[in-house]
Amino acid sequence: MSILVDATTTFIVQGITGREAVNLTRECLDYGAGAKVVGGVTPGRLGREVHGVPVFDTVAQAVQHHGAPIDGSVVTVPPAFTKDAVFEAIENGIKLIVIVTERIPRRDVAQMVELAQLRGARIIGPNCLGIIVPDVVKMGGIGGPAKDAAKSYAPGPVGVISRSGGMTTEMSSTLTAAGLGQSTAVSIGGDAIIGSSYAELMPLFEADEQTQAIVIYTEPGGRMEAELARWVTENQSRLPIVAFMAGRFMDEMPGMSFGHAGTIVEGKEDTATEKIARLAEAGITVAEEISQIPELIQAKLAERSPA
Amino acid sequence: MRFFEYEAREIVKRAGIPVTDFGFTTDAGEARAIAERIGGPVVIKSQVLTGGRMKAGGVQFADTPEEAEAHARDVLALEINGHAPRGVLVDPKAEVAQEYYAGVVWDGIRKQPVMIFSPVGGIDIEQVAEEQPDKVGRRHFSNILPLSEFAAKEVVASTGVTGSALNKLVPIVTKLARLFVAHDMTLAEINPLGRLADGSFVALDAHMDMENEARGRHRALLEDLGVGDEETRQAREATPFELAGEEVDAMDHRGVAGNVTEFDGNLGLVIGAGGGSLTLFDAVRSSGGDPANYCEIGGNPSVRKAAGLAKLVLQKPGVDKIAVMMSIVSNTRVDIVARGVIKACLELGFDPAEKIAIFRIPGAWEDEGYKILDRYGVEYADRSVSLHEAARRAVEKIGAAA
Repeated sequence: MSILVDATTTFIVQGITGREAVNLTRECLDYGAGAKVVGGVTPGRLGREVHGVPVFDTVAQAVQHHGAPIDGSVVTVPPAFTKDAVFEAIENGIKLIVIVTERIPRRDVAQMVELAQLRGARIIGPNCLGIIVPDVVKMGGIGGPAKDAAKSYAPGPVGVISRSGGMTTEMSSTLTAAGLGQSTAVSIGGDAIIGSSYAELMPLFEADEQTQAIVIYTEPGGRMEAELARWVTENQSRLPIVAFMAGRFMDEMPGMSFGHAGTIVEGKEDTATEKIARLAEAGITVAEEISQIPELIQAKLAERSPA
Repeated sequence: MRFFEYEAREIVKRAGIPVTDFGFTTDAGEARAIAERIGGPVVIKSQVLTGGRMKAGGVQFADTPEEAEAHARDVLALEINGHAPRGVLVDPKAEVAQEYYAGVVWDGIRKQPVMIFSPVGGIDIEQVAEEQPDKVGRRHFSNILPLSEFAAKEVVASTGVTGSALNKLVPIVTKLARLFVAHDMTLAEINPLGRLADGSFVALDAHMDMENEARGRHRALLEDLGVGDEETRQAREATPFELAGEEVDAMDHRGVAGNVTEFDGNLGLVIGAGGGSLTLFDAVRSSGGDPANYCEIGGNPSVRKAAGLAKLVLQKPGVDKIAVMMSIVSNTRVDIVARGVIKACLELGFDPAEKIAIFRIPGAWEDEGYKILDRYGVEYADRSVSLHEAARRAVEKIGAAA
């Protein structure tokens, strides 16, 4: 199985006529069994098509045309319009929203997340590449064109969660090359406030029978890793976790932002050093290099499987 | 983006929170005039975006206007942690009965703003939280529902404050929370918030940080405060090399080839994307390399832009070779980056095979990219070579060259 999405997931693309969104739509339609992209929304473009996907002015029109609730939306509209687009998706019953857009002020992000919580919807991102279930479906630009995604991702037992979109693919490719496929890989976004953190996705992986281990990519900034460490300890997770921490050099440069908007050392707790210590306390192994990850996962899997 | 104290106080004042009758100036003579207008003892405070100004002598007390002028002259000339002051703030020396703390920040885990209040002010709130945790109140508040005063009442009351102080503090904390949200702040802090002998409250210092991504929606305020678009207010000022990197990135709107940070090593880096750059910079250092810079490529930049970035790095004094490395790309095209970095070498009269220590970018259009690299004899690696291994090879090469 997988988490968040599967072959039956229907979704729309908001901002579908943008250059990046047109490519993303093509990629999702081409990958695996072909995503069920049931519509696109760009105000003023009703009646057009993007790779055969009908375009609407409103999400409500898309839902009406589909004739049933739509599961998800990939939001690729400019930062100033993202909050409205996400509110529109949520208020039209969409339960899974992947926000690709970057540079959204966190007040807007917090408002989107709060409304999603009130309505029982889930947000992935912003500033993310989306979700991929290898050989089945992808929702977002993750892995790129179908033929490139096929080189990096293969089905298997490892759940991947990453604050960097590109590194989701780099790590998955390394796992695939070592014969370790992925159950689902989620690019969660690099901002200071995001819809779904490691700890919030863990219960889903925990409940997914296919998933036997977790690999995370992490960076300085924020307290998401401490939250994961707490979750793992309190819930006695069945899943071994291997983490990779980038940006260790940033510990010497407090107050400077690198890589992603949320990647900044502001206090003692959000340094790479401190995070590594927290993760280790919770039994999470922190790999020095990405190439070590498959071996560490194999060892952990061997440890846990009955002799 | 951090505000200077005089700007932060102005923001607090505009929100309807009482402040002292302070003045800001860049001129010692004017400091004297402000002191005369205030009448009585004043404090001269250096306006710098760095901590430790009290210790460094950036805060001086004056009993007379003459003294104020003399102190202002000294403080204006005093660099603190390498920062020259923007000016001085001349503040009446208030008779404070008690110092309080009020602040608002984001909680990334709860994904809501949180008000923080303490009747122990004037010192770092982290220290109070550690030593007297019962004296620090925290309360999250909705970012969708209208903010009602009871939230502030709860947080103030939770620290044991009652009576007329409670009733006077509630509107101040509420206004601070509202200005935090309305102005897209990432930090809004009044510390100390002073209670004067007559029982009234006044903000004695303020610290405000606005989210960079939101600057566009607050143009009017920033213009009023005299904050220019060019002022980044980063932890350290941008170097000319870094500013040149911004110019490269601004060449056109396709993709990113910039976010340059200067270091003083001999290995120039042309790396990406966000997470890949962080990983690669660490990898170069952990294999004993000495990076000349940090940067980021992503979002499929034009050949011209990739070449511009490579040229900038190649021309940096002390750079012997460049390493061109990225995590697997899906949007950025390998062949475009390859063309860009080769173009940069050729235009500067360098042999690409000699100057490019390694090219490790697997992903979209890689076969086309590798073909171009083959033609110029540049060493490249595909996804079977890890980011760390690529960094090691680059460092080995430059070690052999030195």
